[in-house]
Amino acid sequence: MTTTNGTKPGQHTVVAIVEDKPGVLQRVAGLFRRRGFNIESLAVGPTEFEGLSRMTIIVDGASAPVEQVEKQLYKLIDVVKVSDLTHEDAITRELALLKVRCNNVNRHELLDIANVFRADVVDMATNSLMLQVVGDEDKINGLIKMCEPYGIRELSRTGTIAMTRGQKTTTVHESEPEAIARVHQSQGRRVEADLPFSSD
Amino acid sequence: MVRMTGSQILLECLQREGVSTIFGYPGGVVLPLYDTLPQFPALRHVLVRHEQGAAHMADGYARASGEVGVCLATSGPGATNLVTGIATSFLDSTPMVAITGNVARTLLGKDGFQEADITGITQPITKHNYLVMRAENIAMTVREAFHIARSGRPGPVHVDIPKDVFQEEAEFEWPEEINLRGYRPTTKGHAGMIRRAADAINKAKRPIIISGHGIIWGDSSDELVELAEKAQIPVITTFLGIGGFPETHPLSYGFLGMHGMYHANMAADEADVVIGIGMRFDDRAMGRFNDFNPDATIVHIDIDPAEIGKNLPTAIPVVGHVKRVLPELTERLDEHDRSQWLGWIDKVEEEHPSLEIRETRRLIPQEIVRTLYEETNGKATLVTGVGQHQMWAGQHYFYDSPRKLVSSGGLGTMGFELPAAIGAQMGMPESEVWAICGDAGFQMTMQELAVCVDERLPVKIAIMNNGYLGMVRQWQELFYDENFVSVAVTQPDFCKLAEAYGIRALRIESKSEVLPAVQEARNYDGPILLDFHVDQDENVWPMVPAGAALSETIEMPEKELVR
Repeated sequence: MTTTNGTKPGQHTVVAIVEDKPGVLQRVAGLFRRRGFNIESLAVGPTEFEGLSRMTIIVDGASAPVEQVEKQLYKLIDVVKVSDLTHEDAITRELALLKVRCNNVNRHELLDIANVFRADVVDMATNSLMLQVVGDEDKINGLIKMCEPYGIRELSRTGTIAMTRGQKTTTVHESEPEAIARVHQSQGRRVEADLPFSSD
Repeated sequence: MVRMTGSQILLECLQREGVSTIFGYPGGVVLPLYDTLPQFPALRHVLVRHEQGAAHMADGYARASGEVGVCLATSGPGATNLVTGIATSFLDSTPMVAITGNVARTLLGKDGFQEADITGITQPITKHNYLVMRAENIAMTVREAFHIARSGRPGPVHVDIPKDVFQEEAEFEWPEEINLRGYRPTTKGHAGMIRRAADAINKAKRPIIISGHGIIWGDSSDELVELAEKAQIPVITTFLGIGGFPETHPLSYGFLGMHGMYHANMAADEADVVIGIGMRFDDRAMGRFNDFNPDATIVHIDIDPAEIGKNLPTAIPVVGHVKRVLPELTERLDEHDRSQWLGWIDKVEEEHPSLEIRETRRLIPQEIVRTLYEETNGKATLVTGVGQHQMWAGQHYFYDSPRKLVSSGGLGTMGFELPAAIGAQMGMPESEVWAICGDAGFQMTMQELAVCVDERLPVKIAIMNNGYLGMVRQWQELFYDENFVSVAVTQPDFCKLAEAYGIRALRIESKSEVLPAVQEARNYDGPILLDFHVDQDENVWPMVPAGAALSETIEMPEKELVR
């Protein structure tokens, strides 16, 4: 059973907005190691704001109460915002690349499987093909399971990223008006006291 | 804007942050900085004899004065020698800025001579750390470092600067504003939570306050006294909280924990509402967590939200600065008569006295501490190491104001006493500072005796010399079937050693010599060492055995009563 957003029972989906500075990944990883929190998956990338990165961390909840994880993360000076998306209505996605063994005989079967999982064939060779699949963890695990009998030569997964549905966001609101103002200014518009929109 | 070198910017910023004393040790990569030091005559540099001493001195300076302590070391071994001192500061949440040099930027990461990845090493033992890669970033970094070190829950901040950044020139501008979007400590307590806390306390029959180090760093002793007096709540402290509430106050019931007062431990276990203020429910204070007073409602007031619920389930958390939270709470508290509850604790204290000094033939450390208390009227600052002497210094001296007991509680760093006492004396030049040392811990940092001489510091050094790692010996005696392994410590003649440094020294071997020696030390204007040869077998009581609950506190066994 999974929650509405694909988070597995016992797991927690935590999103941290962090300063894009050298060493910040080590600080977060070091914190998890020191406090004995187990990371199931970790994905890092830029955000809509320059200078801020977004980390999506799937934590094994059995290793620590998620509240402690959040609070300890907040103690890091470079961590700007922490959100627990475990019980939120959120989209979780992961991308995987699979290099699967195949030959002229069974290639068609594999393509059929790929089709069912809406996986793209991104490379093909005489005795293997590479599939790219996007989805939540379950879907990717499903495809992997189906490919296993053919022989998976290589597997690479990005780790899960997550975002809440609808109006609600997990971003940093304080700097948002400034970011919007910058866009308007760059397009030659004068920024009025009230900006045209805000997120929530 | 002025063009300055990185060294000049750093020293200018330290001066603007109010720094007057730097504890440091020069070396290759910090030579450009030392070269610049004479241009800033208002910055007093104290040359230590080992970098660990520099960190403890900065820590002692901070704990005694309330100001941020600053220490400085070169790269590699210089920097790694600071580590124990930084960790000591981290676990006790004291404000410190540790500055290290590193190899030039081009050599970073290439295992150059005296290179250590010191920011990698200090990351888990600092509140925050920095590797400054450009001279133009030094000013903002120093501003942020001091701000982080002294605000919120204080802590050590480490700043690492490569050699060529000290030499690089940049425009200097003092940053007026700090904008740390990831660091905004909560200071105002949640009104609803304060209301709930007040309700619980007003309804309580047997409330107790456990006050911690946060009262001292939050400068809120007066606020605590007001609260306790209005609601007539007994106050016990943690070991580091000693002095946060005047110990001679009628509502003061000493400190709790592994070697806390018997009645304090029993009161904490008997209370129906436990109010933790500026403390963290540490295992040495609370005993076995699972069996700590399971029926009590726990109210926890602290500035660090991560401490709430970390060790014990908290019913009512209030995150905020004690200076702001306590008056708001006091306002909502009813005046109460709790004489019945106070009487209960008084009775336990009467039946199980923890602080009686019994008649003995041999000289025991407790009476030395008590003599010191009586002679100094409780006005001296005691700086201790770690072990038996530390507990006796906590038990038998009564501290009526904060910052009078300086001790490594969290990390339990032996060898802290002498350098921290030097720092404390420099931070509070008018205070009478006593380093209460163990004979084993003293040998870990005794090279700093030279600093007492260099700086003409009137530090009084009292060694409780029992020829043992006393606390370890006590544990081996009680819990390891008297299998004494590696606990007898051979030692030099401490008096001769002191004299070799040009420090006056007295050897005290009998009870009758104690008082004259203490008086002589107090009248002597300069560093003086007192080598007290005390009973080797004396143990610290009461005691909560490791892993036991507070309710299982044991008192001195009969066989030890007579010596």
